[in-house]
Amino acid sequence: MPDEITLSVYRGDKSGGQEVEFKVPMQTGMVVLDALHFIQAHDAPDLAVRWNCKAAHCGSCSAEINGSPKLLCKTRVDDYVGEVIHVRPMHSFPVIKDLVTDVSWNYEKLRQVPAFQPAIKAPFTLQQRDVDRIQEFRNCIECFLCQNICHVLRDHDAKDRYWGPRLMIRIAELEMHPLDTGDRLELLKGAAGVGMCNITKCCTVVCPQGIDITDNGIIPLKERVADVYWDPLGGLVRKLHK
Amino acid sequence: MSEDIAYHEYDVLVIGAGGAGLRAAIEAAEGGLKTAVLGKSLLGKAHTVMAEGGVAAALGNVDPQDGWETHFYDTMRSGHFVSDYRMAEIHAKESPDRVLELEYWGAVFDRTPEGKIMQRPFGAHTFRRLAHVGDRTGKELIRTLEQKLMTLDVDVFQEITATKLFKDQDRVAGCIAYYRDDGRFAVFTAKAVVIATGGWGKAYKVTSNSWESTGDGAALAFRAGAELADMEMVQFHPTGMTWPPGARGILVTEGVRGEGGLLFNSEGERFMEKYDPARKELSSRDVVARGIYKEVKAGRGTPHGGAWLDITHKGAAFIKRKLPGMYEQLLSLADVDITKSHFEVAPTIHYTMGGLRVEAQTGATSVPGLFAAGECAAGLHGANRLGGNSLSDILVFGRRAGAGAMEYAKNAKMPKIDGAEVQAEMQRVLAPLARTEGENPYRLHEELQEIMANHVGIERNGPSLEAGLQKMQELRERTEHMQAKGSRQFNPGWHGVFDVQNMTLLSEAILRGAIARKESRGAQWRTDFPDEMEDQGRVNYVQRLTDHGIEVRPEPVPQMPEELAALFKRGVAPGLANSARKE
Ligand SMILES: Cc1cc2nc3c(=O)[nH]c(=O)nc-3n(C[C@H](O)[C@H](O)[C@H](O)COP(=O)(O)OP(=O)(O)OC[C@H]3O[C@@H](n4cnc5c(N)ncnc54)[C@H](O)[C@@H]3O)c2cc1C
Ligand code: SF4
Ligand code: SF4
Ligand code: FES
Repeated sequence: MPDEITLSVYRGDKSGGQEVEFKVPMQTGMVVLDALHFIQAHDAPDLAVRWNCKAAHCGSCSAEINGSPKLLCKTRVDDYVGEVIHVRPMHSFPVIKDLVTDVSWNYEKLRQVPAFQPAIKAPFTLQQRDVDRIQEFRNCIECFLCQNICHVLRDHDAKDRYWGPRLMIRIAELEMHPLDTGDRLELLKGAAGVGMCNITKCCTVVCPQGIDITDNGIIPLKERVADVYWDPLGGLVRKLHK
Repeated sequence: MSEDIAYHEYDVLVIGAGGAGLRAAIEAAEGGLKTAVLGKSLLGKAHTVMAEGGVAAALGNVDPQDGWETHFYDTMRSGHFVSDYRMAEIHAKESPDRVLELEYWGAVFDRTPEGKIMQRPFGAHTFRRLAHVGDRTGKELIRTLEQKLMTLDVDVFQEITATKLFKDQDRVAGCIAYYRDDGRFAVFTAKAVVIATGGWGKAYKVTSNSWESTGDGAALAFRAGAELADMEMVQFHPTGMTWPPGARGILVTEGVRGEGGLLFNSEGERFMEKYDPARKELSSRDVVARGIYKEVKAGRGTPHGGAWLDITHKGAAFIKRKLPGMYEQLLSLADVDITKSHFEVAPTIHYTMGGLRVEAQTGATSVPGLFAAGECAAGLHGANRLGGNSLSDILVFGRRAGAGAMEYAKNAKMPKIDGAEVQAEMQRVLAPLARTEGENPYRLHEELQEIMANHVGIERNGPSLEAGLQKMQELRERTEHMQAKGSRQFNPGWHGVFDVQNMTLLSEAILRGAIARKESRGAQWRTDFPDEMEDQGRVNYVQRLTDHGIEVRPEPVPQMPEELAALFKRGVAPGLANSARKE
């Protein structure tokens, strides 16, 4: 194992910036966030990076490492032996400073999703097998890496037409809750734009929580929308049974 | 100074966006008050998100004998009888409702075969009591509160740091804060303020806590005249990671032992049989942490100075279902597959039992209009917190502090903040950026952590505590002269200046509390006073900041009324006594 590693870290703000190289002593088991903390303590005290848990629970430390969207606290430095580690902010959101981006758009959209509307008062009787799927979705740490990679948002900047995979998962967890009485299908078809997703599955690949965003979330949502809007009779039956 | 300052006015201002703060804000907003909540991080990322094992509530879903009396009994006993019994009683009675309320707001807990909320065993809880979602309960809790909050008319200020509370005569008047992204200032005037800023585990190097846990709110309120209590009571969680170095201190949930994990020393001995033959691995945290510490000191430690934790006998399928986060964490950070191999753990600083002294019903501090709830407040946990009792604490007392603040605000006029004080605080906050030389906040933070580890760690004694206090006072002097390089834009070095100042103040209070308490009790273990003093120990050490520095005084713990005291006279937990009677 080398004694030292080289990181090339984006430094800049909304007016622009460039990568700057730093040397960091190598420690066994080090993650990229450890290396950035070393840089803060020794070379660049004002290097901006978000983090909280350092254990992949909070979803704060999203960035792009050698071009791949990853959590800084979960990415081991020894995965990149012999390489320079390039660390850049998420591409799809405006840079505030260095590795910190403005992700407020996601919160705006989350606020617009009609909340859980239970049919009855708690305590609920719910079988584990009936909630496995929504627990999978609720395991989301809101890292927004899927939002960052989804080409609809990344390459086409179509934030006005598609709310992105994180929001699809949020809507799915509500729609699939056995006791929810809300109806978000019109929203899905309209403003949230589920039709914009063309199932490339890039979001699923980058999700650090291993959520099967596309197969378990988006595709079933697309089917529900299709049922209701293209097959009025089927839609009616489905509604009655909900 | 010509500054572009944002001015805001609220009925209720909540500082802190963890579980306690969000629950308080929900209560005030549902009561129709104009409410705001501030947090240092993005919404939903506060320290609470990291909680793993579960939330304690005597629902009795798995063990029907459980009830509030037994939860109360367990809490008081684990707190070594210096908890405020009124808080412990309210907490035990109200936790089930708070958990069910979360379910109604959309939380999806793991289920029993009958379809109820599942409950798991945890250290020193008589019954299986922790409602949970795998090992990510804190995230479920904070996400649910975040989602509920979004349905209400609450202004959420993200990534903003409060640096000072203002007063109007005796009462609290609001605060000043800077935005982390660009360093702008905002002044909040409020009829009532709730402090919900969490603990100060970052005063120690080996800790499970996030960078946020620097005790800001407790320090701000202390400076504004509020009292602190039980500051010497700092919890070591027995099982933190030991390796790799960067992961040292990261938590391994107590759920691993709750689900059957066993502890061994380097000689393969199941040493907890020695220290607590009845409860073994599921003894209270102070006992297990001390057990591991003693084994290491006796030369029976593992390679990185800890003990082995082993859950392999439960089988891979079980482990991956019950503890998916732990499986993943150990695999990705330490290259250990916990379904196949034991792994090393050692004590890590986890929780601060002490904090702002509050009134049990409302969370009111000694400053009118100022309330506190959650980890920043003292009272519920006494000398040792039970696992799972914090998530229930933040729900129960977050709600009560929100209600307390609301009632106060309804009958209060909008206070006034003195413009000169605002100017002075802005100058103080900006000064480190203007200095051309000065102390480095990262260095001082390290020195602070070193003093804490060496002088007021798991094992304490008088001379070392006194020496620590001396060093801390010298350090506090130096914290007045820190320099921050760079600009006001998202500058962690600059932000660190205020973190270090707050932690230094609270660390001094920890040392002073530990010096004052001349006995061993719960988390306080003094080798020069190794015994728990039945009578003179039943006090809380209360601290106040005066012009001459910190003053410490003992206050007798409130006496339980007869019917509650009777619960402890049978020598067995109430739920067990009742079921024995029935048989
Ligand atoms: C790894 C881990 C696992 C845990 N597991 C469990 C468990 O299983 N069960 C259990 O009961 N407990 C557990 N705990 C303890 C529990 O999570 C915490 O005690 C609890 O979440 C504290 O909640 P809180 O609302 O009081 O504060 P926090 O969640 O710490 O929130 C504090 C808030 O205040 C804000 N803040 C701080 N300073 C300022 C400032 N100056 N200006 C503005 N905002 C500020 C922060 O940004 C944050 O939003 C665990 C703790 C850890 C670290
Ligand atoms: S599958 Fe859909 S949501 Fe996911 S990245 Fe592709 S287009 Fe975007
Ligand atoms: S779905 Fe996965 S990738 Fe997307 S925000 Fe949630 S955790 Fe991150
Ligand atoms: S720091 Fe929490 S996910 Fe990385």
